[in-house]
Parts: sequence; structure tokens; C-alpha cells
Amino acid sequence: MSDDGSANPHWYDDDAGPVVRPYAMTRGRTAGAARHRLDLIALVVPEPHADDAEADQTLSPEHVDIIELCQEAPQSVAELASSLDLPLGVVRVLIGDLVEDELVHVTRPVPPAELPDESILRDVITGLRAL
Amino acid sequence: MVLGRTGHRQAPVEPVTLKILVAGGFGVGKTTLVGAVSEIRPLRTEELLSEAGRPVDDLQGVERKVTTTVAMDFGRITLREDLVLYLFGTPGQDRFWFLWDELAQGALGAVVLADTRRLEDCFAAVDYFERRGIPFMMAVNCFEGATRYPADMVRQALDLDEEVPVVLCDARKRESAKNVLISLVEHAMTRVSETREPAAT
Repeated sequence: MSDDGSANPHWYDDDAGPVVRPYAMTRGRTAGAARHRLDLIALVVPEPHADDAEADQTLSPEHVDIIELCQEAPQSVAELASSLDLPLGVVRVLIGDLVEDELVHVTRPVPPAELPDESILRDVITGLRAL
Repeated sequence: MVLGRTGHRQAPVEPVTLKILVAGGFGVGKTTLVGAVSEIRPLRTEELLSEAGRPVDDLQGVERKVTTTVAMDFGRITLREDLVLYLFGTPGQDRFWFLWDELAQGALGAVVLADTRRLEDCFAAVDYFERRGIPFMMAVNCFEGATRYPADMVRQALDLDEEVPVVLCDARKRESAKNVLISLVEHAMTRVSETREPAAT
């Protein structure tokens, strides 16, 4: 009802958010190609032929960063978001791209609504005791 | 940097990953507990949310969308080369319940951390895990200067089922935090064996 813009207070400086909006890295996409939402503890494993990802012109620097981090050891979605200091949603889209390009694959943790196997739980207890 | 990396790379081990949630009110020591057992300094991941607080991508009215950042702290314990356990501190604020749903999916169980001076702060978490049938336990963080109550009193105050473990702990101490996790996994295991056995009368 007001035309003077009072309903939309203007943002200045830090209030306006980062200079590069996070989803600019995903070209505005907030959902990835992956059919299911990537679990926080799903591991991203590079495919053997992802070695020269750096030379791939279709990939953004962030894509390359993800591949390189995972080449040292498979990383979980949560760890990648943290290492790259990017919001989870952004990292999910980027990983989705890499899955689509068959440069990485993602492990599937325990299916939802299912408890892990008893023998795994026993292994967890043994492992914790040994810490 | 590029050289010498290809040498020993066969198919990397793909570990099984599991997660445990650490819930409880603000300032109760969730990140402290995670840090006490984690092999890495607790990491932080962030999720941007629209003010509506729903993960819906509605492009209408984007100009008025105000984003909020929700942070989740987590740690990692490599139990074996092929078995990795992640610990996630749940976001404290109640309005981020939907994020809990995602966190809780496939979780092995949850530790609800409580401070006896503010026991009511953990009601919501207890309620959440009870309703969803997720194995959980109570860990009472014994703050210095706070009156210690026996575990049974805490159980009564929270009206917990008998099988829910209640332990006293010091979230800063590795051994203590470790024991909390062990009790939780043991509890989860009895739950699994109960559900596997057909109800014998």
C-alpha cells in the first residue's frame, strides 16, 4: 500500500550481504541434478579419470576444489562445505554437477528410517572403546 | 603439487559413515562434547535459509527474501579405515526443526545434553526423538557450581521411559564424552535387536 518503499527497507554495507551472492557460483541454481538430496555424511569419491579436472574448462574453480579435496581422501558433504566455506546448499549443487559429469560418485549412507546393522553397531562400540 | 599424486592411488577405501546427533538447549555444551571426542577441531557448516524458514525455492518475491544462516558444528571420529562416525550438534533454535529432520535421517541415535539448572531447555529435543522413535539418551552435563542430581531424579523430571539411559557427564572430558557415546550405541543396539525379534508373548 505504500509506494515510497518503506515496506522494503534499504540495505547498506554488510546488511546487504556478501558482494558475491553464494548462489552465483551455481549460476542461480538451488537444486542440483542429483535425484535425491545428498546426505550430510554422504562421501564424495572422485572417479579415476577425474585427474585432470583442472584442465576442464567447463568446471568452475569450486568444482575443481571439490575434486582435489576428495582426491586426498573421500570427504563428506558436510566437510566439503566447511573446507570450502560455502553454504551446504551451494556445495550440494556443485557436487550434483560433478556426479552428472561422472567425475565423482557419492556413497549412500544408511537408508532413511533404517537402523544400521547390529554388527556395525558392535564395531562402533569396539572402536569407541579403543579410542 | 600435481606430480607424484597418481602413484599409489588404487580404488580408495569407501568407508561406511554413521552419524550421531548431539541436541540440547543453547549453551549446554553440545560443541564442547563434540570437540572432546572428535579427531578434528569441530567444523562448522552453514545453511542459508529464507526467512520463511522453509527449504522451498519460490522465486516469487525474491527481492524481499531475507536470508538467515543456521550453523551446525560437527566432528569426526575415524573408528577404522572403513568406518567413520560423525557427530552433529543440532541447531539450537526451535524454528529450525526441519533441519533436524534432515540430520535425524539415518542417524544412529541422539544424545540430548541437559543442564539441570535449565532442564526445560531440552524438553523439545526429548519430545522430538520420542515421537520419531529415534534411539536417544540423556547426558546431564555437570556444570561446576550446579547442584548435582541423581540420574533417577532427572529421569523422573523428564518423565523418560525406563529404557532411555540417563548418565551424568562432563562434556569437556574425552573419557566422559566417550562413555556417553558408548551408552548411546549400546542403547541403539538393544533397540535394533528388539525390532528384529518378533514380539514373542
